[in-house]
Amino acid sequence: MTSEPVVALRGVTAELGARPVLRGIDLTVGRGEVVALLGANGSGKSTAIRTIIGQVPASGGTVELFGTPRRSFRDWARVGYVPQRTTAAGGVPATVAEIVSSGRLSRTRFGVFRKADREAVRHALELVGLADRAKDSVAALSGGQHQRVLIARALVAEPELLIMDEPMAGVDLASQEVLARTLRQQVEVGTTVLLVLHELGPLEPLIDRAVVLRDGCVLHDGPPPQAVGQHALPGHDHVHPHAPAGAEPIRTGLLS
Amino acid sequence: MDFLNYEFMQRALLAAVLVGITAPAVGIYLVQRRQALMGDGIGHVAMTGVGLGFLLSTSPVWMATAVSVLGTVLMELIRWYGRTRGDIALAMLFYGGMAGGVMLINVAGGSSANLVSYLFGSLSTVSPSDVTAICVLAAFVLLVTLGLRRQLFAVSQDEEFARVTGLPVRALNLLTAVTAAVTVTVAMRVVGLLLVSALMVVPVAAAQQLTRSFTVTFVIAVAIGVAVTVSGTITSFYQDVPPGATIVLLTIAAFMALTALAAPLARRRARAAAAAQPAGDPAECSIPAARGAGEEAGV
Repeated sequence: MTSEPVVALRGVTAELGARPVLRGIDLTVGRGEVVALLGANGSGKSTAIRTIIGQVPASGGTVELFGTPRRSFRDWARVGYVPQRTTAAGGVPATVAEIVSSGRLSRTRFGVFRKADREAVRHALELVGLADRAKDSVAALSGGQHQRVLIARALVAEPELLIMDEPMAGVDLASQEVLARTLRQQVEVGTTVLLVLHELGPLEPLIDRAVVLRDGCVLHDGPPPQAVGQHALPGHDHVHPHAPAGAEPIRTGLLS
Repeated sequence: MDFLNYEFMQRALLAAVLVGITAPAVGIYLVQRRQALMGDGIGHVAMTGVGLGFLLSTSPVWMATAVSVLGTVLMELIRWYGRTRGDIALAMLFYGGMAGGVMLINVAGGSSANLVSYLFGSLSTVSPSDVTAICVLAAFVLLVTLGLRRQLFAVSQDEEFARVTGLPVRALNLLTAVTAAVTVTVAMRVVGLLLVSALMVVPVAAAQQLTRSFTVTFVIAVAIGVAVTVSGTITSFYQDVPPGATIVLLTIAAFMALTALAAPLARRRARAAAAAQPAGDPAECSIPAARGAGEEAGV
């Protein structure tokens, strides 16, 4: 592990409006690692992801992608991003293939599609098991299938780093299995994965390391926490992810 | 076909065809990004340009282009920086633009007939120099909306994702807005500033009653656009009714006709889909497997 980290956040702070959401977080993801970002609602998981892609500006600290400061990073074809969405549809009908194609733009020159690009779209749809729905309108798909379209859109550029924001939210069990299988295939070929999760769920065996956030600070950085008691039962649907009130978070950002 | 014998009608029809193509071509991206009413706002702002054109005795079309482009750049800046009070700022921009235009035309000694022709369109006022301006502007609009269709599709579909594919999101947003502004001035002469937005939005809404893909929606919307602008212009010639209102009413009629057509079409598609998958979608039928896992663990 001598190579530089794929993602490196050091002492990152960020605000949404006047409210501090990140209060100095450190996060590194090494090449080939699968890191889960966990935490309760409002703990800053999604904001942390969004400072990495530049959707939310970091007000302090440094964000690096593949060893390059994010501001001067241009090699976006190496990054696949799955935003948190309940739908892949926009204001105008679009087919599954059209949506997935938009993820391939980073690999084209001036948006001109060649044979290899069309082939990549077909392959990405096969990965998520939607090859037969390529010409269907996304509006005709189920919630889980929407998520599979969004993941195919991220995979179609053949990224080295996959960033996913709650890919399992609102996804039926069958689609969860397809997503877990797709992710496993990606990890096997060496893709680095950083994903926000509400709970570890069916992805647990894939995850090398978990980073738990609370109130915009890193609370835990290490092996995935073991579910205990009733939470450990298979098929347990974890729906109460609230952190205990008044717990003092560990402000790792101040230690570095 | 005697309307073709009049030179003003030849000019009006050429302008109508270009409006019919360009308005839905830009409008589809506005509808996709759920900013369907943006064209209406630009139309209001363009009024100040028309007024300035009168006051300075220059071409109102070029002046309206300049002012509406400036206005849309301002609108985009408000969208970036003025998150919370953005809608109020836009409202002030729109109505300020309209009021400014009316005031300037009055100061310049223009008649209310001038005003009405810009607000609602007029056939006889499309001058040869207007036709040149409209052709140049329409060529720009087509170059952008067709040449950059994949990029504009990506940005309008999911701005956050488009940023991660490395697209210059702000530049593309600005370009969409400027192209919409240019389209408003292309359409101004025939349809009028207050009705421009309808021609950007309604053909797209009508087309998407039938379609499943973006490309097909684009093609059908443009076909509807050309059909209604040409037939509306000809109707306006024979019946002596205002062209803008005729065109917009025809567009809405097309929307209603296609909506009525769409219901049986959707039923037939659903039947075809059901026939293609006799066992149902396997992805939706896996609840027993999940139950099994829980039972083995002795829950």
